[in-house]
Amino acid sequence: MPRASATVGAGDRKVLFRYAYRRSPDQDRKAPARHPVVVVGAGPVGLATAIDLALRGVAVVLLDESDRIGEGSRGICYAKRTLEILDRLGVGEELVARGVTWKLGKIFLGDALVYAFDLFPEGGHKMPAFINLQQYYLERALVERAAALGGIDLRWSNRVVGLERRDDRVVLTVATPDGPYAIEADWVIAADGARSTIRDLMGLGFEGLTFEDKFLIADVRMAADFPTERRFWFDPPFHSGQSALMHRQPDNVWRIDLQLGRDADVETEQNPERVLARLKRMLGDRPLALEWVSIYRFNCRRLQRFVHGRVLFAGDSAHQVSPFGARGANSGIQDAENLAWKLAAVLAGRADIGLIDSYDAERVQAADENIGHSTRSTDFIAPRSAAERRLRNAVLHLAQHAEFARRMVNSGRLSTASVYDSALSTPDEAPFAGAARLGAPLPDAPVTRDGKPGFLLERLDGAFEVLYVKDGARPNVPAGVRLTVIGEDVIDTTGACAERLDASPGATYLLRPDQHLAARFRRFDGDKIGRAVDRALGKP
Amino acid sequence: MKLITASQFANPDAAFVALVEARRGLTVEQSADLDARLVLILANHIGDADVLAEAIALAKAGA
Repeated sequence: MPRASATVGAGDRKVLFRYAYRRSPDQDRKAPARHPVVVVGAGPVGLATAIDLALRGVAVVLLDESDRIGEGSRGICYAKRTLEILDRLGVGEELVARGVTWKLGKIFLGDALVYAFDLFPEGGHKMPAFINLQQYYLERALVERAAALGGIDLRWSNRVVGLERRDDRVVLTVATPDGPYAIEADWVIAADGARSTIRDLMGLGFEGLTFEDKFLIADVRMAADFPTERRFWFDPPFHSGQSALMHRQPDNVWRIDLQLGRDADVETEQNPERVLARLKRMLGDRPLALEWVSIYRFNCRRLQRFVHGRVLFAGDSAHQVSPFGARGANSGIQDAENLAWKLAAVLAGRADIGLIDSYDAERVQAADENIGHSTRSTDFIAPRSAAERRLRNAVLHLAQHAEFARRMVNSGRLSTASVYDSALSTPDEAPFAGAARLGAPLPDAPVTRDGKPGFLLERLDGAFEVLYVKDGARPNVPAGVRLTVIGEDVIDTTGACAERLDASPGATYLLRPDQHLAARFRRFDGDKIGRAVDRALGKP
Repeated sequence: MKLITASQFANPDAAFVALVEARRGLTVEQSADLDARLVLILANHIGDADVLAEAIALAKAGA
């Protein structure tokens, strides 16, 4: 999460997992090797993109300048939609098992509770509202998955130092411990983080805001029985006049965010004794060990475009938000899933190159939504003037007395799935009720398959898929589209499918390979499905 | 224009006095805090973003 932001100082850093540099045969070639896709950056976004592409049969070279994972916990909150994506990539269950599942948030003014929320009161979904998990565990799980999967050539200690764009390819110069070499790629995905080298090499700048307030972010190891909730304080007794956030992670590690104000000195604030004194005022006089400390200023900004010819930006290299709302890593992994199927379709010749423009359209839309939420949250947490602070405080005081003010209290609006208002969607021709929305990921629901309990989204594992509610014989779907009949292939044992999809007999739903709903009809019509598939592939 | 600017109180003097008396004895700071809360309460009571925007524009023009 804080990875989405500019570090103005960094403290204690631990290396948890180290990976050896290995010389690639590409380094010994006379002419540069040509690859369909080179992904730059083996963080969560680059790894997710590479795995998704590999699952779709695309060979990927994945470059990372480092030889390790583990520079602090960084992103810790993974949202339901991200977990659904990670589940499709094959690591969701192990991450949920390792993480801390939570869904309750509490907001305090001083030490009085002003507002509590339950992020996900509805049951019958495979994935929880949120888990907290150190980013290094996510990265390690993805690295292991990538290795097990095959098709991903992950090269550690490979740092991109040069980039040249030609009409049909990109030439990268890569520095290694053995010296530099060149490789060529049909497509380069820049998943190289907030301080993206690729972005710098291309001379691209951001549009947006940098906030003046500085925040201390600390991961603290301690034995404590604080509740498994997101707890946020405005003006707490232990940190007067500022805000504080507390979040549980696995291994007895707790994330603490403390607002320090605009005038805080970065060097002074990193002094471990000073940090510990602040933490003890909050946590009491108990044994504490600092796992990671950093001082941040937050940015809410993005590239104007994420698609620059054959160079595609994903994650923090493309857009940055403040951590309140957990919209950094979560949106990056959603970028990855949006991009992977489109790029695979273009490389397979199933879609024209123009489909890639829909990545830009859909994920810029998502980034703007995230930036909007994040900016409003940050403005509420760190008002820009005394006058703004007065109004903010009025909301907090009224919140104890009036429901309308509780709804205005903004300590971060937590990441939810994007709903694309997209040219790839076929507009509804008949009304549908229920939670499912055109352009959004399909809501999950419990189903049985072959008599075994499972979930609907498990069935949607990366293809174009027609979901058809049984009403007589199995329909014939267009080539390249998979058919799942509800009532035959999967059984809606609880009625949740019917309710969430407003599924009447004969109702037909077309899902994109990223599980987003592209079209739906009250009756099956093969021609209409065919046209909706073409439309979802960006064909005119 | 959805914002009503014609007088609505049967007794406008009494309404003004109610607002005056609410701040009698308060410091400038306390009065500003009171006004902030009042703005929020009344804005929510109106519950219409267009009316709110028109009211903000009128307040800014009225300085």
